[in-house]
Amino acid sequence: MIVYLLRRVLNYSILTAVVSSLAYVLASLTLNPVHDLESRHPRPPQHVIDNKLDLLGANPDVPLIERTWTWFINIFHGDLGLTVSNHPVTDQLITRGGVSLQLLLVGSIIGAILGVILGVWGAVRQYRASDQVVTYASYLIFATPTFVMGILLMIAATQFNNAIGTQLITFSGQFSADAPTDFWGNLGDRLSHLLLPTIVLILGAAASYSRYQRNAMLDVLGADYIRTARAKGRTRSSALVRHGVRVALIPMSTFFAYSFGTLIAGATLLELVFSWHGMGEQAVQSIQTSDINSIAGATLFVSVLILCSSTLSEVLYAALDPRVRR
Amino acid sequence: MAERRAGTPLLEVRNLSVTFPQASGDVRAVRDISYTISEGEFLGIVGESGSGKSVSSLAIMGLLPDNARVEGEILFQGRSLLRLDDRELSRIRGKELSIIFQDPLSALTPVYTIGDQIGEALRLHDRTLTRQAAETRAVELLRIVGIPDPVRRVKAFPHEFSGGMRQRAMIAMAIANNPRLIIADEPTTALDVTIQAQILEVLEEAKRITGAAVSLITHDLGVIAGHADRVAVMYAGKLVELGAVDDVFYEPTMPYTIGLLRSVPNIRTAGTERLVQLEGRPPSLAALPPGCPFAARCPVAIPRCSVDEPELVPHGTDLSHPSACHRADEIAAGTLPRPAIFPRPEPLPIADRAPVDDAVVLSVTDMVKHFPLTRGGVFRRRIGTVRAVDGVSFEIAAGRTLAIVGESGCGKTTTILELMELTAPQRGSIVVEGRDVATLTATQRRALRSDIQIVFQDPAAAVDPRLPVGEVIGEPLVAQRVPREVRDRRVAELLELVGLDAAMADRYPHEFSGGQRQRIGIARGLATDPRILVLDEPVSALDVSIQAGVINLLQDLRDALGLSLVFVAHDLAVVRQIADDVAVMYLGRIVEHGPIATVFDDPKHPYTQALMSAAPIPDPAAERERSRVLLDGDLPSPAQEITGCRFRTRCPLYKLLDEAAQARCIGEDPALQPKDGVSVACHHVERNTLVVG
Amino acid sequence: MTLSSIDALTEKDSDGFGIDVPPDERPVRGRRSLSRNGLIWRRLKAMPRFWIGGSVLTFLVLFAFVGPVLSPYTFSQQDVMYFNYPPTTVHWFGTDQLGHDVLTQVMVGLQKSLMIGFIAGPLATILSALIGSFAGYVGGAADKAIVWFIDLMLVLPAFFVLIILYPFFRGASWIVMTFFLALTGWMIMAQVVRSQTRSLRERDFVKAARYMGFGPWSVVTRHIIPNVASLLIIDATLGVGAMILAETSLSFFGFGVQLPDVSLGSLLDAGDAAAVTRPWLFLAPAIVVVVLLLAINLVGDALRDAVDPTSKVNHG
Repeated sequence: MIVYLLRRVLNYSILTAVVSSLAYVLASLTLNPVHDLESRHPRPPQHVIDNKLDLLGANPDVPLIERTWTWFINIFHGDLGLTVSNHPVTDQLITRGGVSLQLLLVGSIIGAILGVILGVWGAVRQYRASDQVVTYASYLIFATPTFVMGILLMIAATQFNNAIGTQLITFSGQFSADAPTDFWGNLGDRLSHLLLPTIVLILGAAASYSRYQRNAMLDVLGADYIRTARAKGRTRSSALVRHGVRVALIPMSTFFAYSFGTLIAGATLLELVFSWHGMGEQAVQSIQTSDINSIAGATLFVSVLILCSSTLSEVLYAALDPRVRR
Repeated sequence: MAERRAGTPLLEVRNLSVTFPQASGDVRAVRDISYTISEGEFLGIVGESGSGKSVSSLAIMGLLPDNARVEGEILFQGRSLLRLDDRELSRIRGKELSIIFQDPLSALTPVYTIGDQIGEALRLHDRTLTRQAAETRAVELLRIVGIPDPVRRVKAFPHEFSGGMRQRAMIAMAIANNPRLIIADEPTTALDVTIQAQILEVLEEAKRITGAAVSLITHDLGVIAGHADRVAVMYAGKLVELGAVDDVFYEPTMPYTIGLLRSVPNIRTAGTERLVQLEGRPPSLAALPPGCPFAARCPVAIPRCSVDEPELVPHGTDLSHPSACHRADEIAAGTLPRPAIFPRPEPLPIADRAPVDDAVVLSVTDMVKHFPLTRGGVFRRRIGTVRAVDGVSFEIAAGRTLAIVGESGCGKTTTILELMELTAPQRGSIVVEGRDVATLTATQRRALRSDIQIVFQDPAAAVDPRLPVGEVIGEPLVAQRVPREVRDRRVAELLELVGLDAAMADRYPHEFSGGQRQRIGIARGLATDPRILVLDEPVSALDVSIQAGVINLLQDLRDALGLSLVFVAHDLAVVRQIADDVAVMYLGRIVEHGPIATVFDDPKHPYTQALMSAAPIPDPAAERERSRVLLDGDLPSPAQEITGCRFRTRCPLYKLLDEAAQARCIGEDPALQPKDGVSVACHHVERNTLVVG
Repeated sequence: MTLSSIDALTEKDSDGFGIDVPPDERPVRGRRSLSRNGLIWRRLKAMPRFWIGGSVLTFLVLFAFVGPVLSPYTFSQQDVMYFNYPPTTVHWFGTDQLGHDVLTQVMVGLQKSLMIGFIAGPLATILSALIGSFAGYVGGAADKAIVWFIDLMLVLPAFFVLIILYPFFRGASWIVMTFFLALTGWMIMAQVVRSQTRSLRERDFVKAARYMGFGPWSVVTRHIIPNVASLLIIDATLGVGAMILAETSLSFFGFGVQLPDVSLGSLLDAGDAAAVTRPWLFLAPAIVVVVLLLAINLVGDALRDAVDPTSKVNHG
């Protein structure tokens, strides 16, 4: 099993390396990092521009393959190059990555747990009113783009704040500029900022998890082993909980890997909507500012996250299903 | 517990009906049936699919789906089970009343160990039992049901068990709390015949230890004949005949029972007379006609039969043998003789048979098919070799039928699939009609395909559900580039040939019953007018009464068209009914090969002997006096390396041999040697003293 | 739902309860029973979801393509009497700061979004069908390479890939972006088609076709594709919704449809700045997007349930 897992991790690592190098190549092909300098008036001298290009590792005289290789090798030295504004990408990755992770972890964990519970509940109460409510609520959530939901919540929060006459819910950035400095005050401020974007992420994740879990449960409801458990002397509900839920959780481990990608995309959009300075924002900005190193760094970050989630999903799968352990 | 009066039956079912409401009409799965089971009795309930035999038993357990409407009364030890709620029933289920299901793989929860699942059965009814104590008891139970090394196996997961071992574990679970009644719902249907024999032994053993009554539900008349005290026959949701096993088998008074008994081949006599086929099929349970449900298929139905439904009442003097037929009195009195109700059909007249010479049409020499056994996803690595087919040779003459028999995993299906590829095998050669397939060009190969065609086991899977049957049957002609008009004419001809209406060509496969779909498969196989028809378990997915019709059809077609048949099957009686020669396979090798009557009357290889003795015979007297050769354990995996003789790990003869003789089995791989008109691959044929009954 | 109809679709001989209710015992003589497509249609007809989703979708299509013709305003026409007006009887959805009629703007934007969705969704499905069935049927090295490539494509979320690829379609027509959308949306379905193909390849009727002498191309077109067709139709339907969602998100952040074209996404982008003060500018396109996606998902889901009723029938 360990050997198998190591092989999977190795394969994911190769994919990650290929994808981020590809991103670097694509970005180098299409982005001109000195576009800003060149279009200044007056145009700075050529050697300034060339210096800047060298600094960014984007000198067009060096073959692209060589530049990519240098970039790739430097990863192992913890060096991802400089942004167009001359900050190390690595530093940016650490601060912005933390911001993104904050959103992603809270959203995925609470969303998954909530979704699984709702899914089981819906399946057991199939076609009753509560199941219908959950079903149609998830339809509605699926049909609402993440950013639309975010903005709608912002409008609602503004109305709410206006109604009670104070800024109880704040939703711009991850903390206020004038936040209290004591621990509890600071935590409260951060939580109040975290509230809206996490609600959106949780709703989205919970909606998809609940649909998936509900289907997995329905597959299991008619299973022979549920009947066996009842034949041994379990009541219907006890057989469902003890045997049904346990088996229906297995496909969720695979779903976790799939849904994590969607979650990252959702989080990227939310960062922009709620002005969080996370990796998603960096990726979008770096395209606008033609920042090769920055976009490549963001890609690396996201693909490493996906790598981690895929590995975690394999571990979960093996933990849940004895049939795949070997 | 209610007071138990002497003479009160253990279980009393009174006027039980089960209905499944459906939009298109209620499905009346069980209608007004009544029977009793006494303490310690072995009752067999027999019926075809859709007869209501399992539904009635699930009703007793209270395990029917929620939408089922159950009426009537079920008294168990004097308590009315239908009046109990789920919680109250759950105290009885698994304790006094237990059940063994058909498919032991899906019946066990995949994520818990065998020990946990047996322990659960114990701890649910004894809250004081600790985990350790439950596990100790589980080990003991596994030992009782014959699982080797139970201390280790108790920690195994269901997927680590073979089918036979899982069914043993199910039995262990069922007897854990010393129940009074064990319901066994087709417990051996999913298993191979030698494993079936083992499991039925274990069930008998479990019955002896617990003293419980057993209600065995099966479609296999042979299994009933060998084990039951009394038999209940069900048809279309009704109980149609009930009585002591000898009475029902030798003096049936319901035409359905008579027909059923005459439609099953008996391994001892098969091939000497034609099988009776029951025309038509059971009525739809959603739209039952008035009167007797069997009337439409009954050759001796009278006008009254399609008006009133007969009651299950005794006929003649024997009050313990009731049946539901308006003419049962005549049958019991002998004025309506049983053979006259279902006379055996005549074989094809000699004049209608195609003349055949003895030319060899197919010859396979030393064919090998090995599969690499790999593990891992992206980085596959080879961890072994599956020797699915390991040096098989046989030939077939025109107009003859060769049967290849063996249990699952023996390589019989791989053999014919490899044959159908019509390409050079990994080793050895295949010669069809005098042409070595290794030398064919692609065009020649396609042309040759019109001479050799295949019919698959599962008629539902063998035809594309999206094509109308006319297209399905004409497909081999499309491959041979036959023009459309010729094709349509041929399809109409073929439909008539297999006993279907030519006007059905534009219907879709799902509109046909299993038996009809198999006829469609056969028609497709015959489309190109082949010389050789390869049949992969063509009747094993069909009910017995349907099976007889397909076997008769195959015999007639073979004789009329001069076909050579390669017939792969696991049912020895069916094989004896149709084949001229037989090859018995074990782990990729043929172990015995010869004319079928010679091989089956006097099997020489210990494996053939075990197979023969495990095959149930639908004749209670014959079953009682049999002596059995039981095999130990399960079929080893074809990936396992076994030196010398492959069968020695399970061979009953090997155990009786002295060390020097055993050394030969270990050291030397036996080749097929001629012996009394057959070929046998065993070093010690001369010393074989095993007796087969 | 009848037992026999379940059976016809799943080709199983039992109804999943493991009890011996007869599988398919309708007499073949007598009433002409329905073909498979007939069955799906009969089930669809019985689903309110299908009718609600279908009629809303039809209405929106008419709204987008006929609406602008009937509207008294044109898309670029400025009503100097009304700048930044909330909804009134003159301008049902209000006007923006330049006096454009929001209703007309939404109609035209919806037009573009629908066109993008209805092109990119089916296109992605066709890609996935071709790639998936090829990999699954041929197997071997080609299969491995394709699987690896799919894994590679799945390492990054599609939204991210599109952002990186954005410079390639920046400034190009919306049709180019539509193709890029399709190129990033076929992978998961291709995996499904591939695994279906692999299991179909082992089915007896496919083996039978091979033994009759049909080549790979004939087997795939005669047996494989028709047997995954219902899956593909469902995917194409849901894919329309997924592509509209992707388009909306991209355009909202300025990576999608550019002026002079407008789509729902770019309208949302324009309305965002004033979302709190002049909510109609944002709400009008937002509501249309949600209703549109809801309608498409309802139809797609109804289709799925009609094709695969085993996932829904009252098991137990």
